[in-house]
Amino acid sequence: MAFDAPEELDNFRTEVRDWLEKNCPASMRTPMKDDEIVWGGTREAFKNPESKIWLERMGEKGWTAPEWPAEYGGGGLNKSQARVLQQEMRKIRARPPLFSFGLWMFGPALLEFGNHEQKKRFIPDIVNGRTRWCQGYSEPGAGSDLADLQTKCEDKDDHWLINGQKVWTSYADQADWIFCLVRTDRSVKHEGISFLVFDMQTEGVEARPIKLISGSSPFCETFFSDVKVPKDQLVGKLNAGWTIAKRLLQFERSSISAGGFGGTGGSGILPPQEYAKQHVGVDETGRVSDGDLRARIADHLMYAKAFGLTVQRSTEEAKAGQEVGHTASIMKYAAAKMNQDKCELLVEALGTDGLGWSGEGFTDDAKKATRGWLRSKGNSIEGGTSEINLNVVAKRVLGLREHQ
Amino acid sequence: MSFILSEDQQMLRDTAIAFARDEMPVSHLRELRDGGANGVDPATRAKLAELGFFGVLVPEEYDGVGLGMVAMGQIMEAQGRTIAATSLLQTAVLGVSLLTLGGSEAQKAEWLPKIASGEVSVALAVDEGTHHAPLNIATEAERNGQGYTLNGAKRFVSDGHHADIFIIVARTFGEAGQAHGISLFIVPADADGLTVQALDTVDSHGAAHLQLEDVAVTEDSILGAVDAGWEILEPALDRGRIALAAEALGSAQATFDMTLEYLQTRKQFGQLIGSFQSLQHRAAKWFTELELTRSCIGAALSGVDENRNDTAELASLAKARASDLIHLASNETVQFHGGIGMTDDHDSGLYMKRARVQEALLGGAGFHRDRYAKLNGF
Repeated sequence: MAFDAPEELDNFRTEVRDWLEKNCPASMRTPMKDDEIVWGGTREAFKNPESKIWLERMGEKGWTAPEWPAEYGGGGLNKSQARVLQQEMRKIRARPPLFSFGLWMFGPALLEFGNHEQKKRFIPDIVNGRTRWCQGYSEPGAGSDLADLQTKCEDKDDHWLINGQKVWTSYADQADWIFCLVRTDRSVKHEGISFLVFDMQTEGVEARPIKLISGSSPFCETFFSDVKVPKDQLVGKLNAGWTIAKRLLQFERSSISAGGFGGTGGSGILPPQEYAKQHVGVDETGRVSDGDLRARIADHLMYAKAFGLTVQRSTEEAKAGQEVGHTASIMKYAAAKMNQDKCELLVEALGTDGLGWSGEGFTDDAKKATRGWLRSKGNSIEGGTSEINLNVVAKRVLGLREHQ
Repeated sequence: MSFILSEDQQMLRDTAIAFARDEMPVSHLRELRDGGANGVDPATRAKLAELGFFGVLVPEEYDGVGLGMVAMGQIMEAQGRTIAATSLLQTAVLGVSLLTLGGSEAQKAEWLPKIASGEVSVALAVDEGTHHAPLNIATEAERNGQGYTLNGAKRFVSDGHHADIFIIVARTFGEAGQAHGISLFIVPADADGLTVQALDTVDSHGAAHLQLEDVAVTEDSILGAVDAGWEILEPALDRGRIALAAEALGSAQATFDMTLEYLQTRKQFGQLIGSFQSLQHRAAKWFTELELTRSCIGAALSGVDENRNDTAELASLAKARASDLIHLASNETVQFHGGIGMTDDHDSGLYMKRARVQEALLGGAGFHRDRYAKLNGF
């Protein structure tokens, strides 16, 4: 590609650097605070006003979605340019301007399966963060066996009519729109599923937050009673939604394994070895005095290092045109284990300081670690349980057969 | 750091894998064992030399190939696939690394061409106890008129039973546990006062205990600086650890492939056993460990070639994870194969026996977890 010539890329780098220097506000170059994460959409409060400016500027360039086509508001960059942008942002420690299921999951799927009108209509507002999306997948009776979903969608000639219930809908109470799997044919399983999108303000849609063991409520139960959806909001063909659903799950698993996990700790939390030094104590050479805990922390850190190196290796192999396989499922399984191990080690190292719930007597970071540990138990459940991911590895990667 | 092999490296990898498959398959190790060879195999050694494998790390000016650790790692992985008994780890990795890192011009000129040609094999003798502890050196090197007198004992020196020269780690100053005061000596296997006791080992590769009684060596047999041998010993050990990790990776891959094939052919209850979910999940977890560890070894190999400053950390990462991996892999191979896996006729037992030696040599998972923690300041 002519554009990849080194001098062209150098020019682009200079351009990016200058632009970031002028446009990235000072507070957006400091470590992200948990309560300043921007999810966009009509309910976004922008606790830090500079985060609004930052999102607007990045959105306008399309750099929230650097590699998406410029025609739909994306950055239109090639892979090398996108890498340059990422490198330059990392250099000044720029915060990601937007966290978004639209960017990570729905957008990539729509670009692949949607028609031109749908892309024109939905992609720009994902890029600039004006619409916040949620995912209508799981149902009370369809968790790991997602394809058994029963939310009914009837063809009423001039509209679709939806009745049913979704569960574990992340931030449904905050979202503007939903992408949703519905049943359009009861006589078959996978081939009777369709992929619809609709406005969460539509009459008959209700989202109720679910309180988790960690005390937080990132998920909702979402109910649909006689919800009318315009006909042109079907993505892909009727009864062909399962293919889109699976592709989107791959995007979801990659984004989760790339570090999008709930419960990771967040800002202010130290690595487990630091808490171990403070709370368990050190020997005369300055090492954590509990050799058993020390070894388990080292084992975890090595696992994390191996994970990072594997992400790097599969990126390089993909670039070199080598077959990558279904690494997303392996990495989703490994990322869940890694994060849960870390959270367990944090709480263990904190000792009784890691067993507080609220109020005085416990530091904020210790309480955050405790809540994060409880939240992390969902890592091996959400986005496909670890068992489902192991099934996928066994069947698709190793080629083992289905039990008859 | 790069995970993608160059054309030369890929070619070498293909050659090494084909050579291991055709010239030193597991059945060959079995023949050597049954013939009482104890891992000594001059014919294979000659063929390896012909391919230039002993000279991969030897610079071209000393008649070597000068290709680096990534290349060497491909050969080690290939020999691991068939658990072949060769002296590559001791001679081509540890011996060559010590000589290139610390050898005088005369030492390099004397030994490196002979190593590259396969004429001379080397064995580094470090450990004195049953567990790897390279600082716990009690073997004494006492200064005499013309040189030094060595006294002490070394345990389980791999390839020690057929080495032509030894590199003996001894103490010229201080006491066991200290880095300062360690010195290295090149000692011919036939030196007066050196007793080599060949060991019949579980993996059929063999090894030796060494006894040194008033072994007299000259001044010019010192490798590196007096009292400062640790400065070259530690990086050389790290290269050995990474190479051994690559060998263990090859063995783990081979056992995995063997087991996967069995899962796809063996039937019980009218089904392929590979369709049982309890086995599928264990296979998938094993595969995940294999992939994660492969990345660590790739990073460690290229880390040496790029002269990175975190090579020690990467070496412990690679060796700890490879040791854990081959432990898991070898045990699962026996269990997945059931009764047949318990028989001597089947290869899984041979892999398990070699696995424990791969784990123990140059430090097991426990040693390297502890070292990793130390290098990370806790």
